[in-house]
Amino acid sequence: MAFPDRIERTVEIAHPPAKVWAALTTAEGLSAWFGKEAKIDLRPGGSAGMRWDTGHTADMRVERVEEPTVFGFTWHIFGLPEDDPRRTYVEFTLEPAGAGTRLTVVESGFAQLPEDAHHTAYDGNTQGWASELGELVDYLDAAA
Amino acid sequence: MPPPDSEAIAEHVFVALADPSRRAILAALASGGPATATDLAGRLPITRQAIAKHLALLAEAGLVTAEPGERRRVRYRLRSAPMQVAQQFLAALARDWDGRLDALKDHLDQHARGSA
Repeated sequence: MAFPDRIERTVEIAHPPAKVWAALTTAEGLSAWFGKEAKIDLRPGGSAGMRWDTGHTADMRVERVEEPTVFGFTWHIFGLPEDDPRRTYVEFTLEPAGAGTRLTVVESGFAQLPEDAHHTAYDGNTQGWASELGELVDYLDAAA
Repeated sequence: MPPPDSEAIAEHVFVALADPSRRAILAALASGGPATATDLAGRLPITRQAIAKHLALLAEAGLVTAEPGERRRVRYRLRSAPMQVAQQFLAALARDWDGRLDALKDHLDQHARGSA
């Protein structure tokens, strides 16, 4: 399956988990490396958001908070309409590694299908007929 | 026929977009709304026959739907669902976690230097 449903990265960071945790889960931290401005209500179900100079915004919903090891949120899939219910889930996992931190980020859910994506298989016949009838009508109109 | 998966749906979109005539037809439907094959032939430098053939392929792939228009002519309307699946594919490619994680490391390094 080539469709990229899941993105995963692991990086070694030369700073202890508590520092990394603060950078990921506080408005001050997030606005320093992620968004230009950030706000966050750090509890499961809490809302968070970021804003960039380009005018782009991201609305996030906090899902998992297990200080200082797991932080998860869902957010919108870039490029889909604002009211589209599909969201991807981003989860950061922090593990101590010597004096630093091994940070893993997994974002999943890109391959979710929209509700009407399956229609093709079932509508096939109807569409086929509609286009054949259309061809006939166009042909008769042109001949008249 | 099993229901298409996201891979198959995205492939239909990318294959359609790889052809300049089909790209022009999809772009015309996106910018001007539903249109008949005759409308499209008037707006694009493509013959009416070629447009009809491409529209039939696009309808079969689920990228446009045929609907009744004025004077019993069939109008074709762009279907957004498969385009959104292709967009999700592109969104995954555009997420740029590499750049973000680099920015996170830079921030922590600067922060540590600042407080040292």
